[in-house]
Amino acid sequence: MSESIQQYIPIAMQFLVASGFVITTIVASWLLGPKVKTLHKLDTFESGLQPVGNARMQFSIKYFLVATIFVLFDVEVIFFYPWAVNFREFIQEGFEGFGKMLLFMAPVLIGFFYVIKKGALEWD
Amino acid sequence: MEIMWIEKILLVVIVFAISLGTAAYSTLAERKVSAFLQDRIGPNRAGIFGILQPIADGVKLFFKEEIIPANADRFLFVLGPSLFMITALMTSAVIPWGKPLDLGGRMFDLQVTDINIGVLYVFAVVSIGVYGIMIGGWASNNKYSLMGALRASSQMISYELAMGLSIIALIMMSGSMSLKEIVAQQSGELYGISFLKGMNWNIFYQPLGFLIFIVCAFAECNRTPFDLPECEAELVGGYHTEYSSMKLGLYLFAEYVNMFVSSAMMASLYFGGYNVPFLEMLNLPYNVEVFVGVLAFFTKIIFFIFFFMWIRWTIPRFRYDQLMKLGWKVLIPLAILNILLTGFGMILTK
Repeated sequence: MSESIQQYIPIAMQFLVASGFVITTIVASWLLGPKVKTLHKLDTFESGLQPVGNARMQFSIKYFLVATIFVLFDVEVIFFYPWAVNFREFIQEGFEGFGKMLLFMAPVLIGFFYVIKKGALEWD
Repeated sequence: MEIMWIEKILLVVIVFAISLGTAAYSTLAERKVSAFLQDRIGPNRAGIFGILQPIADGVKLFFKEEIIPANADRFLFVLGPSLFMITALMTSAVIPWGKPLDLGGRMFDLQVTDINIGVLYVFAVVSIGVYGIMIGGWASNNKYSLMGALRASSQMISYELAMGLSIIALIMMSGSMSLKEIVAQQSGELYGISFLKGMNWNIFYQPLGFLIFIVCAFAECNRTPFDLPECEAELVGGYHTEYSSMKLGLYLFAEYVNMFVSSAMMASLYFGGYNVPFLEMLNLPYNVEVFVGVLAFFTKIIFFIFFFMWIRWTIPRFRYDQLMKLGWKVLIPLAILNILLTGFGMILTK
């Protein structure tokens, strides 16, 4: 097994401990708590009134738009990371490494301002 | 070889216990801090100064009835809080709690694992946490929960972008994404002044980056002034309206674990982690130095947790359009500006 894979084994351990805790907690509270089910107790809470319709309903398109724009920009932000890690080596050779990144950053920023100017992030 | 794995298991369990313990006592601290800020006494019945209050709360939650609403999606309803708690507990794996302890020549690393993408790992796990809220809110089949979940996920992904950008400037300076490496670099001399040893903290180079990071950390933890997902007055709890018993406990508790982990991240990324200024001048034995470092790290963490509470009981919450405007139109441009400034600064001072 290579060195780098071995470093991820403790993360698996941590996952096991965390999920063990969560499962124990949920099972324990299920065993310990009372179980008196009544029709109204199992009803959806809606300000103490009779629930109107179902919650599987339409919601503002803005949330969807924000999520889409997030995916677009998050992918671009990830491209900055490898560059940032090596940045100290780039500056040994002068301005070039930084200049190339500016070339990449410019279209990202143009896209960002386009999104803002289009009003995609306006909440009214 | 085997002893190494036993050590790792031990460390994982200790980190887990400390995360939970700190989170449990943060709930008491929150009530005490709020009481202090509002000139009240706070919980004082369970034990002296209410010291047993977190245990009493936990026991109470265990003995409450588990309700799964008839209209809810049963599997997802249970999965939501579980996922949220598991991700909250997993981020602490890459945090260096101190320098390696010297156990008679064998070095005992006080970090669960030192992966070279530490910062990215934290971001990845935190992003999965969004699913915990989204799944829980959707599975409840309640309009308040759905609204809360949508607000939460929209807010968290928006601020994650600014957070990721603010970290880039820091990585440009450190040249590494391993948290161990980042903390170790901060043990040097501030601005090259030999007197200021152990003070080479990133906050002195990245004040703007830290400001963006801390605002985003508040938003990621759904803490006031960014607690719109759960605002009690309009959404009656938001994504956890329908939850009861320990499933509600997991949601509330995970928030405190998240607070602990993000405080630890802030302390180790910007405030030197376990580094203590001027400590080397005292010429302490190595292991004592390690121990003092761990204590200092926890002092920094506790300060940030207190800061979270201080803000919560001082500042009212934002309106949703203000929240989105701050995230997208202020913090992201500021973070990009910070990258440019850092880049120019590094080229000029290399």
